[in-house]
Amino acid sequence: MQATHRLDAVFAALADPTRRAIIARLASGQASVTELAEPFTMSQPAISKHLKVLERAGLISRGRDAQRRPRRLEAKRLGEADKWLERYRQLWEGNYRRLDALLDQLKTQEKERKPR
Amino acid sequence: MKNALKITTAGDRELVMTRVFDAPRRLVYDAHTKPELVRQWLLGPPGWTMPVCEMDVRVGGTYRWVWRHDTNKTEMGMGGVYREVRAPERLVSTEKFDEAWYPGESLNTLVLVEQAGQTTLTQTMRYESGAARDAVIKSGMESGVKASYDRLDDVLAAVPQATK
Repeated sequence: MQATHRLDAVFAALADPTRRAIIARLASGQASVTELAEPFTMSQPAISKHLKVLERAGLISRGRDAQRRPRRLEAKRLGEADKWLERYRQLWEGNYRRLDALLDQLKTQEKERKPR
Repeated sequence: MKNALKITTAGDRELVMTRVFDAPRRLVYDAHTKPELVRQWLLGPPGWTMPVCEMDVRVGGTYRWVWRHDTNKTEMGMGGVYREVRAPERLVSTEKFDEAWYPGESLNTLVLVEQAGQTTLTQTMRYESGAARDAVIKSGMESGVKASYDRLDDVLAAVPQATK
C-alpha cells in the first residue's frame, strides 16, 4: 500500500509541466532554487512549492552545501516510475500484437469475399 | 519498432494508450465490439484464455468478460456498462473487476481515427483516484514480470482463425 502511495506521489508530481521542466533542468546537474527559478516567470515561493512536491515524491533531494542548498535529481526514483509504465506497456503490446494479426486476417477475408 | 505502443499518464488519474494499426478503423472497431473477435486478442499475459465474452454494445448495455488461466485455472472477471456507442469512431464504457484490486471503477474511452488506411487508436482510462490508477500500473508490472514474452510467438500462432 505504501509503495502505491509513493508511486501515486511520483506520477502526480510529474503531471505538472513546470515540475517536468525542473526535472529536465536537474537532469543536466544540480541547481539552487534561484537558478531553477530563472527560466520561469514565477516567483521563488511558487517554485519552492513545486520543489516541495518533487521532494515529497522522492524525485529530488537537497545537496550538502548549506548556503546554496542545491537540488539534485534522484534518478533511481524516476527510473522506478518508468519501469512500472514499461511493464504495463509490455502487457498491452502483447494484446495489440495479437490484434495486428487478427486485423490482417480480417483484411484478407474481406478481400477474398468480394474480389473486384 | 513499427507501430509502437505509447503509454502516458495524464493528470493524476488517467492513463492514455496510443497505437497505430494497419487497418481501416471499421475493422479495429469490430475487433473491440464483436465478442468472437475480442476474445481472440484481449488476453493479457501468455497462458490466459477468455471463456466468457458477452457484450451488448449499445448505450446502457452491459458487457461481461472472464479470463481463465490454462494451468492453474484461476479466473478473473470484469464487466461494465456502455455509456457512448458511436461506430466506428468512439466507444465509452465503465470497467469494474469482480475482485476489486483497485478502488472504484474506471471510465474507458476508445477513440479511433483513420488516415490513409491506417487507424490511430487512443484508449483513455480514467480512474476514480490517483491511487487506483497507480495500482493498475503496478499490476501491469507484476504480471509483466511473471509472463515470459518469449512465448508470445507461440501464442500468436495458436490464435484460432477469425470466425466468418
